Amino acid sequence: MRRFQVGLGLAAMMLTLGLARAEGDPAAGQQLVMQGDGKGGAPCLACHGVDGAGNDAAGFPRLAGLDAGYLARQLRDYRDGRGSDPIMVPNAANLSDQQIDDVAAYYQGQSAQPTPAAADDSVLALGEKLVKQGDWDSYIVPCESCHGPDSQGVGSTFPALAGQHAGYLRKQLEAWQSGARTNDENQLMLAIAGRLNPQQIEAVAAYLSHQSIKGAGQ
Amino acid sequence: MNKLIAFALLGAVSLPLMAENSVPVQLPAFKEGQYVHQAPSVDDLMNDDSIKPQLKEVILKGRDLFMNTQQKRGEYVFNDMNCKSCHMGEGRMNWSGPVWPAATTLPDFRGKNQHVNSLEERIAGCFSFSMNGKPPEYGSDDMLALVAYHQWLAKGAQVYETNIGGRGFSHLGREPEQPADYERGAQVYADNCAVCHGADGQGQHVDGKVVFPPLWGDNSYNWGAGMTRVFTAASFIKNNMPLGKPGSLSDQQAWDVAMFVNSHERPQDPRYTGDAKETREKYNNFHKWTRYGTEFNGQILGQHDNTGDKPFLKPDVLRPRTFE
Repeated sequence: MRRFQVGLGLAAMMLTLGLARAEGDPAAGQQLVMQGDGKGGAPCLACHGVDGAGNDAAGFPRLAGLDAGYLARQLRDYRDGRGSDPIMVPNAANLSDQQIDDVAAYYQGQSAQPTPAAADDSVLALGEKLVKQGDWDSYIVPCESCHGPDSQGVGSTFPALAGQHAGYLRKQLEAWQSGARTNDENQLMLAIAGRLNPQQIEAVAAYLSHQSIKGAGQ
Repeated sequence: MNKLIAFALLGAVSLPLMAENSVPVQLPAFKEGQYVHQAPSVDDLMNDDSIKPQLKEVILKGRDLFMNTQQKRGEYVFNDMNCKSCHMGEGRMNWSGPVWPAATTLPDFRGKNQHVNSLEERIAGCFSFSMNGKPPEYGSDDMLALVAYHQWLAKGAQVYETNIGGRGFSHLGREPEQPADYERGAQVYADNCAVCHGADGQGQHVDGKVVFPPLWGDNSYNWGAGMTRVFTAASFIKNNMPLGKPGSLSDQQAWDVAMFVNSHERPQDPRYTGDAKETREKYNNFHKWTRYGTEFNGQILGQHDNTGDKPFLKPDVLRPRTFE
């Protein structure tokens, strides 16, 4: 059973996905997390914690265990004008590519416990249904069809959602709806976010906050 | 403006109030006189007191096999496909290859194998070609569960009615106005498809589980699958891809990218005679719509002994019927 030649294709894919660049250094990243970049960028831990747990009440997302490529892309988007968050844009403004990769590598290696949002069983059940089965009659495809089994994320494009704070997830879905966030590939996320009603957003966010992330740090 | 178009073309999908920003669901309108059936949902099943609990269990087993066919990897399935990979939306969505028409129109004569087929035989065809596999035995528990799922989805639908809105993958017709073009298709692919299916078309996996299926190569559908027909792939793509954005590609983009995808190698057609050109001629009513057995980049597509992960060429159940 001869295998098809896929070497060339793989090389092309790695270039496309940016996997070919040098790896980040978690130790250097930890220094940035603890001390900031000395050029106006605050220490990440001030909001996201040294372990990347974030803070649900304050709206700071969990970063622990997220794919480094995904984290790096978000930081570049803030730095390069594709993100509009008023806190993150100035903090990312002076980061070099290497510093971004370092910070991303550091937080990918961290782990933190989920902080499940308080929600009724019926809300969690609706959330689970949307995450795993979607609502095709409204053309809401299951979250897992892109974010992967148990919403653990797929590559650097589709982040893990499991264990993310409910408040942050809700804010992001609303940000796509309002146009405040636009850095998804080919509007793939806008397509789905735009079809969710407030109850569905609440349910999905609550359910996902109850799941645990099996990130690299665990 | 886009929203207006979306509503005009909406077909069977009813969307909630649109957010400020949105991506339209652009599906074709049903033609006048077409029969339209809305297949039931799992909630409908659970609430349906007319269906015995024992039957519900079997229907749900069939649904589980349909949604997660990979649980039978190495038994029935030898590539990375699930039934739902092509029959999206649980096999109940119009324009996504809804499977209930198989339950209302079969037994019937099929051009593909030139005889009258049962529903089981139709399902066996999917396993043999699209899943590059070995179908569950006729009459087995697994086959019966799949049949039960199909038949339940057809609940209330008109038997023998064949003018069905949203059926199959053919609404773009058999051939494009402007010939499909590989190079243009490669660009469409890079811009719209590679983010999920990979620049190399091999899909993406997490912990060994398929998330985005491969579109060519050892783990994709074989050269006998309906999807290898450029017109089938074009219509599938037009009304289903990219995921969540049906109708977002132009007709020509769908044709071009279908041509691109189906110009790649894949596991052998189980009907292979040992010579791809000869096999193409023998099954010309099918292969005239594929690139199989034709020359591309100096090679005859499909001229090889590669059956992918499947350790045989042809499942035994693929055989002619004569009714004599």
